[in-house]
Amino acid sequence: MSPKTLYDKIWDAHVAHEAEDGTTLLYIDRHLVHEVTSAQAFEGLRMTGRTVRAPEKTIAVPDHNVPTTPGREDPAQMTPESRIQVAALDTNAKEFGVHYYPVSDVRQGIVHIVGPEQGWTLPGMTVVCGDSHTATHGAFGALAHGIGTSEVEHVLATQTLIQKKSLNMKVEITGKLMPGVTAKDITLAVIGETGTGGGTGYVIEYCGEAIRDLSMEGRMTVCNMAIEGGARAGLIAPDQTTYDYVKGRPHAPKGAQWEAALDWWKTLYTDEGAHFDKVVTLKGEDIQPVVTWGTSPEDVLPITATVPFPEDFTGGKVEAAARSIEYMGLTPGQKLTDIEIDTVFIGSCTNGRIEDFRAVAEVVKGKKIKDGMRAMIVPGSGLVRAQAEEEGLADIFIEAGFEWRLAGCSMCLAMNPDQLSEGERCAATSNRNFEGRQGYKGRTHLVSPAMAAAAALTGRLTDIRELM
Amino acid sequence: MEKFEKFTGIAAPMPLVNIDTDMIIPKMFLKSIARTGFGKNLFDEMRFNRDGTEIADFVLNKPQYRKSEILIAGDNFGCGSSREHAPWALEDFGIKVIVSTSFADIFFNNCFKNGMLPVVLPQEQVDLLMKDAEKGENARMSVDLEAQEITTSDGDVIKFEVDAFKKHCLLEGLDDIGLTMEKEASITSFEKAAEQARPWV
Ligand code: SF4
Repeated sequence: MSPKTLYDKIWDAHVAHEAEDGTTLLYIDRHLVHEVTSAQAFEGLRMTGRTVRAPEKTIAVPDHNVPTTPGREDPAQMTPESRIQVAALDTNAKEFGVHYYPVSDVRQGIVHIVGPEQGWTLPGMTVVCGDSHTATHGAFGALAHGIGTSEVEHVLATQTLIQKKSLNMKVEITGKLMPGVTAKDITLAVIGETGTGGGTGYVIEYCGEAIRDLSMEGRMTVCNMAIEGGARAGLIAPDQTTYDYVKGRPHAPKGAQWEAALDWWKTLYTDEGAHFDKVVTLKGEDIQPVVTWGTSPEDVLPITATVPFPEDFTGGKVEAAARSIEYMGLTPGQKLTDIEIDTVFIGSCTNGRIEDFRAVAEVVKGKKIKDGMRAMIVPGSGLVRAQAEEEGLADIFIEAGFEWRLAGCSMCLAMNPDQLSEGERCAATSNRNFEGRQGYKGRTHLVSPAMAAAAALTGRLTDIRELM
Repeated sequence: MEKFEKFTGIAAPMPLVNIDTDMIIPKMFLKSIARTGFGKNLFDEMRFNRDGTEIADFVLNKPQYRKSEILIAGDNFGCGSSREHAPWALEDFGIKVIVSTSFADIFFNNCFKNGMLPVVLPQEQVDLLMKDAEKGENARMSVDLEAQEITTSDGDVIKFEVDAFKKHCLLEGLDDIGLTMEKEASITSFEKAAEQARPWV
């Protein structure tokens, strides 16, 4: 048998039907559902008299619209449209009998944090969700990607997705990371290298020593942004770190089933000599703490650099860079560390997990954020919040002057009341710095949690290594 | 989806060219979580005054066209966004067939997904149907997808082309989901085998 990649193996294990032209019905093991992209899909089922084929494999949680301030059960905190979307999910989840974590449940949170946390996401699975950052689950060696509303309906009704196979791409990070460099810096550095279209048509497998050394939280951060590099999905082969994270989670296998699962998971790696259509290699030692200066996640530079000149680029990027610099209110040649920040947002499915908060606490412990700074920490789930409180992290944040919020997507996409106002500048741990993403005319710099914490203290983009 | 049956219905003339998806259903109606009920806002800005009263000379407000099931439209119908709200609104109103010299690509495909038949014909034939539609309620056209024919009130028969696969899907009432459901046996046997191989999933 010819050697296979990890992607090949998971794909082959989920082909329910293949047509002559390669169009495949891929069986879906886990379908995660949130309030923004599911309402019309459920409505479609109702109109056609269909049901959810596998409600036991379907998990619903509201996250995008929910307020993150105390007393949020009060519907008056939401805009009418948000209220309607959340209420619709509530009704649909109950009517169709899928697993459901309502806002009042401590397990509620961002769908991509809840899935792994509850043990719904396991190695070798196919996972989909009507959200592009579904790539996050690839950290477990699960084939996970985002889908549109009509596909949500298709999966609900048939538990399959109509797919054609992507190409294989390998991203290898060799060696060790330098102090102050995190998973977020890896994933941003990769996008800086490949561009936002570099992964288009591929499924990326991340490998190499620096990836192996990451915790599950770090691996999720890396895979989360595979989509920002254009890839359908990102994958990391499961290993002992993965098994240790999964074991004992509420929906993880137990007893003899655990042993059987483990036997299979241990076969999930890329065979020696398997073919990759594209290979990118970065040296771990070369990666520095980075920050985005523009309005595309590929606009990445080391924190020690200066704002580029549009003429530094070629082709259509010249105009795009000029537009970005203008939108971001920057001056070419300006040192990145001179850029002043009004707001700090720590959270999202990229960096809203316990390890991220520990990194922040380490930086801000016993210190105060800059006067006038708005700094917000939003846990990825109610359980992350509870754990941070138990570990004393929340007290550190509150004493430093941070707002300590309830779980949700919050200012990552600003569908709830957490938004930037016009011209406001934010250091954010989320994944998208598009124009208007965090609020109309808001300006976003993507950074790691430690760098966001540093910016909160100094009031400007800051090299974390200065504070170490 | 319902099967597309042969039918006879009223055709409304809409000679305006470049009718875009925002004209079909304005943006402000897109925040809904439903996909039915858009029919009452179909062509909202052309159909209603600001105060909600009807604009009397808009074609679908005229007594003879209020129950139209066929639209004879100007060139490049359905341009604009990829949102499915536009076909949802037309379908909800009761439109089953739209005839034009050309359609925007995404809209064209979205029609089939929602059980509607878009028909592309050369200018002279669209003109002929337009004239027939202008006769009002008396002009009841028949559409036979099986035979790929539209018959005017005068008995003129106009042949049209349609992709064989899309035709099959409409006639059988198959959407993507319907088609996948035809492979139900494959899915079920996959599930059985997977249950054996990976019982923990
Ligand atoms: S946190 Fe942001 S990126 Fe993640 S699911 Fe929510 S809105 Fe999407």
